[in-house]
Amino acid sequence: MRQQVDTVMVEQRAASFTRRSIKTESKTQGLRLALSMIDLTTLEGKDSDEKVRSLCRKAITPWEGEITPPLPSVAAVCVYPSLVAIAKRALDGSGVNVASVATGFPSGQFPLSVRLDDVTKAVEAGADEIDMVINRGAFLSGYYDEVAEEIKQVRIACGDAHLKIILETGELETLENVRAASDLAIEAAASAGPIADGEVFIKTSTGKISPAATMPVTLVMLDAIQSYFDKTGVRIGMKPAGGIRTAKQSLHYLVMVKETLGNDWLTPTLFRFGASTLTNDVLRQLVRQHTGRYTANFDFSEA
Amino acid sequence: MSRLTVPKTYKLYIGGKFPRTESGRSIPIQDRKGDTAAHICHASRKDFREAVEVAAKAASSWSGITGYLRGQILYRMAEMLEGRREEFAAAICVTSDTKIAAARKEVDASVDRLVCFAGWTDKYQQVLGCQNPVASSFYNFTVPVSQGVTCVVAPDEPSLLGLITLIAAPLCAGNTVIALGSQKHPIPTAIFGEVCQTSDVPAGAINLLTGKRADIIEQIADHRQVASVSAAGLSKKERVTIEVGGADSLKRVCFSALKNNDWYDARLCASPWAIEPFVEMKTIWHPSASR
Repeated sequence: MRQQVDTVMVEQRAASFTRRSIKTESKTQGLRLALSMIDLTTLEGKDSDEKVRSLCRKAITPWEGEITPPLPSVAAVCVYPSLVAIAKRALDGSGVNVASVATGFPSGQFPLSVRLDDVTKAVEAGADEIDMVINRGAFLSGYYDEVAEEIKQVRIACGDAHLKIILETGELETLENVRAASDLAIEAAASAGPIADGEVFIKTSTGKISPAATMPVTLVMLDAIQSYFDKTGVRIGMKPAGGIRTAKQSLHYLVMVKETLGNDWLTPTLFRFGASTLTNDVLRQLVRQHTGRYTANFDFSEA
Repeated sequence: MSRLTVPKTYKLYIGGKFPRTESGRSIPIQDRKGDTAAHICHASRKDFREAVEVAAKAASSWSGITGYLRGQILYRMAEMLEGRREEFAAAICVTSDTKIAAARKEVDASVDRLVCFAGWTDKYQQVLGCQNPVASSFYNFTVPVSQGVTCVVAPDEPSLLGLITLIAAPLCAGNTVIALGSQKHPIPTAIFGEVCQTSDVPAGAINLLTGKRADIIEQIADHRQVASVSAAGLSKKERVTIEVGGADSLKRVCFSALKNNDWYDARLCASPWAIEPFVEMKTIWHPSASR
């Protein structure tokens, strides 16, 4: 049974979360929280070992300057499977997780055996979290059982690694499809075994398709998480990814999570931002609050 | 039959658009008789910050085009200004005691100033740069390169010529500009955005603000993205603010001491030495086949 979604109301409600005034102390706290929730991401064909090492250094210590209390590390570094081992070594003992995209990212258009092998290899290389893509072609064709079965098998292949299921909402066309895909993904993941809080995430996008994460899409997915929590008491995580570039946007998302799922979800174990440029904008705002002066974009390292 | 007047509220010019100030504030401008002639936007610190962001983004495209093309664009601005000579002359006269003939002279001088800098865009490099003698098989060149974002604080008088003179030099050097126009006579600044908009100036390369200096001068001094400041007609206190903030954030600071008729003197205002404060020098070693 597909859940109905009122598109107009969702858009209005999502827009309403952008109208909160968050200043001074609460802004600082919000930005620090946002920083600690970032999955610092690099997913380019030109990624090299050194680029990933450099990104890992930034993940552990986002800013070299002095600031009290010290800034948190980000939540995870997100890379392609072939670079997981490099990231794992660079992040050893830091508390920052290694996330790997897998299952034929970003299209998912590969035979299931290849996609499962992709997951296994990433987990063996040390990935703590796997970001899988669903087969959107199958979903849009109505082959829901096939999509569900794939998710189930991927979750089994993940073992102890946490699973984030990328719906690629930019390709799902309607908010009702987003809701249906969210419900399907959560149920399919649960069919592979019991879920601990934060062990499974649903994620908006690969970042390769525009539009990527938007507030209305995220709101619909948060609603799906709420429904599942009401039904089972299990907390599924949420990760909007792609298109969140400014500190202000990140605060809008935090407001939305707080006012829908509540404070329980305001932790890196249940909410993440998939982003690369967001980190520096959050840092700019934090350093501005700290020093009272506006910083330049060249004050922060790129990776 | 009498008709209703159309009182104007001039807007800011930021990133190739004409936004109202985000603060929603405006200042009524009185003409010489004390009647309200127009309203101008009272730019806020946030407007300034927004302008810095777009100017920084535009810096690579403005400095990346050839000097020749920058010259053509500056020349085009001169053409557009020339075509609106009467409008600008009238705008200068609204708030000041300047006679219309003198105002026309100021517009003409402004047009000439733009033409002059348009000519320098692909020539100052040869004057400011050099080949240095070195005792090995290398060529050693010093070449001027652009700095990034320049902030201009224009003098109260001459309101148009002062603005044009101060923005043209950094623009010529490939810097993008945020200019705060004359506080007393803001209308020429407010309508100059329309000249920029019709001159193929890339969005964000020129940004024009109107309002009160006191509101944003500290931000201009402190913002680390701003590479240089060019100002004229400041009070001692304002100069100190900019110098202290500039020293802290490693800015080039350039105060113009020009007075009255000096502004009309092309030799003082439009030489390569007016461009020099807005470039950085880059020195390059290049292997040569022989000594």
